[in-house]
Amino acid sequence: MKALICIGHVPDTTSKVKFTDGDTKFDTTDIQYIVGPYEELALTRLLDIKDAGTEMHITAINVGNAETEATLRKALAMGADEAIRINADPTDAAFVAKQIAEVYKNGEFDVVVTGKESIDYNGGQVEGMIGAFLDLPTVAGASLFELEGDKIKMEQEIDGGKQVLEASFPFVVSAGKGFAKEPRIPNMRGIMTARRKKLEVIEPVEQKNMTEVIKHYLPEAKPACKMVSPDNVEELVRLLHEEAKVI
Amino acid sequence: MAVLIYTENFDGKFKKSSYELVSYGVEIAKQEGTEAIAVTIGNVDESALKELGNYGAKKVIKVGNDELKDFSAKAYTAVIEQVAKNIGANVILFGNNPSGRAIAPRLSVKLNAGLVAGAVAIPSSLAPFTVRKRAFSGKAFADVVVNSDTKVVTLSQNSYKIVEAKEDISIEDFTAEIPEGAYAVKPIEVVKSTGKLSVTDADILVSAGRGLKAAENWGMIEEMAEIMGAGISCSRPVSDLGWRGHDEHVGQTGKVVAPNLYIAVGISGAVQHLAGVNSSKIMVCINTDADAPFFEAADYGIIGDAFDVVPKLNEALKKFYAEG
Repeated sequence: MKALICIGHVPDTTSKVKFTDGDTKFDTTDIQYIVGPYEELALTRLLDIKDAGTEMHITAINVGNAETEATLRKALAMGADEAIRINADPTDAAFVAKQIAEVYKNGEFDVVVTGKESIDYNGGQVEGMIGAFLDLPTVAGASLFELEGDKIKMEQEIDGGKQVLEASFPFVVSAGKGFAKEPRIPNMRGIMTARRKKLEVIEPVEQKNMTEVIKHYLPEAKPACKMVSPDNVEELVRLLHEEAKVI
Repeated sequence: MAVLIYTENFDGKFKKSSYELVSYGVEIAKQEGTEAIAVTIGNVDESALKELGNYGAKKVIKVGNDELKDFSAKAYTAVIEQVAKNIGANVILFGNNPSGRAIAPRLSVKLNAGLVAGAVAIPSSLAPFTVRKRAFSGKAFADVVVNSDTKVVTLSQNSYKIVEAKEDISIEDFTAEIPEGAYAVKPIEVVKSTGKLSVTDADILVSAGRGLKAAENWGMIEEMAEIMGAGISCSRPVSDLGWRGHDEHVGQTGKVVAPNLYIAVGISGAVQHLAGVNSSKIMVCINTDADAPFFEAADYGIIGDAFDVVPKLNEALKKFYAEG
């Protein structure tokens, strides 16, 4: 299996979100960047399949400026074989998807794997867009990914349940919860060998931006929590009914 | 120009989220001076289709091809693309749910349209088309401008109020062309989650965390949910430990929810959990630890042991619902 996996470079999940330049930009001061949690699951699953004896070559890809290389190195330390960085600002989802589709065309990949969504702008768009650019089938938010002979068995959440799917290569899939159990943590050997693995930098192809984020807002501050005594739970029921009007 | 609304049906029935989406689409159409047209795929009878007219849709297009029985992102996108071109839609709306998330990105590439995923409000301006969306997994919002002529938007659930506006709705049948290879990823089986209110559909969610100590202690949570007609959700450690299924995990890496009432029992309120729930209208926190961060986000709080408070609260709720 030759897999192209998109690695998101996103703020750590514990980050306190702040904005700068008149709330037009995300404030990166003191922010730690990580491999997106869904991409971590995706890569873990591919590595599990590889460890179980399947021939596998994993190329990690990111569209971003030089600072994202540290995140790509983390993916290499986890076990990806090589990495590609498309040297550009990831301005919108269509732009990013177009770059990845180009790399797919120039390689001989069986499958493109992404995370279900990035945890910054939560678009969840790249997988579907890559599929559309390449006219490949897409599976969104898969919770299972198993090799069965020369086929891949997957499960995808659909409204009101889940769908069990069987796919032949090639296709595009985004990984959701359950794709792998626990994300892998790179070991020392992985970290050492990651430094020597190939990280290629490629210039972007042209793609018009369709969307633009112009301003950010933080949720409105809530009034202080109203405390109710544990010996007077009836009061909570009354407040929910009469004051909050939610029951 | 027209606003096209993808209303999905579940075995022939529409859900509240579809009516929210129709109300949203009708308002955009009103502002643009165009018509709101719904489209649905599958066998839906006339009475269900007519219900979409109660929320202001002028027309509903029913795509009844037998081949479309199973969901496929590629097939469904091709169908919506044909309908959108046929009616000259300039705005196409989806719910921010599994099918919307699977179709909208594909469609946006096909139609050369910009996509806003997870919108939370009516566009603040039509030219330039500007919509507010959820960002940073609920920790923030962002205003996004769409530069293309055609726009695709997915609407977050529970973020737009249903507006009743009776229209005499017309029903049109449409037969779509299914592209070759549309089912190359072959659907083998559909596993329906029956009898359970999904966490994203529930108006009230009763949620519990590691504070409950073991899977067998969920009885009182299930009881509360039953009394209130609520859904059940949990924090990440609970689903990671296998005490509850992943489908109940709400938070940054689980489901993002926005119920009217969210009751958190034994959940400390880590920033990742709050991100997924802080769009709830009212939040209640029950926790032994007075310093639990959830109390800062909650509207109402009880400092106390869940094993003491929840049974008492269940009794009080039973009494409340019995008295109506």
